[in-house]
Amino acid sequence: MTYFEELEIGDHEVLGRHTFTEAEMIAFAKLYDPQPFHVDPEAAKRSHFGALVASGWHTASMWMKFFIAFNTGSTKALEAEGGRMLAVGPSPGFTNLRWLKPVYAGDTITYATEAREKIATRGRPQWGLLKAYNSGTNQHGDLVIDFESAVLVARKGG
Amino acid sequence: MPDIFFEDFIIGEVKTFGSHQFGEEEIVAFAREFDPQPMHLDKEAGKASLLGGMAASGWHTCAVLMRLICDGFLLRTASMGSPGVTENKWLAPVFPGDVLTLRRTVLESRTSKSKPDMGLVTFRFELVKPDKTVAMSQVCVIMIGRRNPGARLA
Repeated sequence: MTYFEELEIGDHEVLGRHTFTEAEMIAFAKLYDPQPFHVDPEAAKRSHFGALVASGWHTASMWMKFFIAFNTGSTKALEAEGGRMLAVGPSPGFTNLRWLKPVYAGDTITYATEAREKIATRGRPQWGLLKAYNSGTNQHGDLVIDFESAVLVARKGG
Repeated sequence: MPDIFFEDFIIGEVKTFGSHQFGEEEIVAFAREFDPQPMHLDKEAGKASLLGGMAASGWHTCAVLMRLICDGFLLRTASMGSPGVTENKWLAPVFPGDVLTLRRTVLESRTSKSKPDMGLVTFRFELVKPDKTVAMSQVCVIMIGRRNPGARLA
């Protein structure tokens, strides 16, 4: 298990990569974001996107999936590289989330996280707050999503 | 065809839209797929966590907010997508059975010189519980097509 004390500012971790399929993009959007350019390939062609695009919340939720997979040691990359098991708790939120480029069917997004700040509070001795810069980059090397998150991380012996 | 355009969003306007009741099954289903932490999947683990009970993933709450925005007005609006969210606060846990209602405040509205066919509207979206607790608050910009592209705003 990796605790708050052991996190190094500047630590950059590639969490994993995911190829978005048209079927899963439509399935997510039908539930949560049924705008025509997310659910209807024909309507998407006529939109300014030119083709079906993933809901931004799908792209963002997928980051979370890889963050958790990485932190719980369930990714192959982690086993191979001897990565971390981060003792995370709840998050108060995020800031400056940007959807910079559309994600089209077949795009492969590489998700990453970087530790930016560690905040300790007297009132909450068992936990520290980790501020991180998170991103997703497509197969062309273009940033498609980034945001700054905050999450509670357990302290040693906390 | 959309019947709500950029010009229809007036700064300072506050409106309440539809509600969603979070079911235990959907909380678990979303968490299994995108956020499989014990506090989102298991009642005992939820109780033992800082949340005080099994609660929805914050990303699930964001997704449900998006659905309420779509059903409330966006599917009738000339939406062109969103460049992003400047701030998203998870203020209170969302438990199974909680009913959250969408409240929308128009914070800012501006036209684009480079893209005269659209404008940018900044909203504060809040998900409010029946006891008026705000469970989530989000500041989000949406690109919205103009009724009269290129015309000056009065």
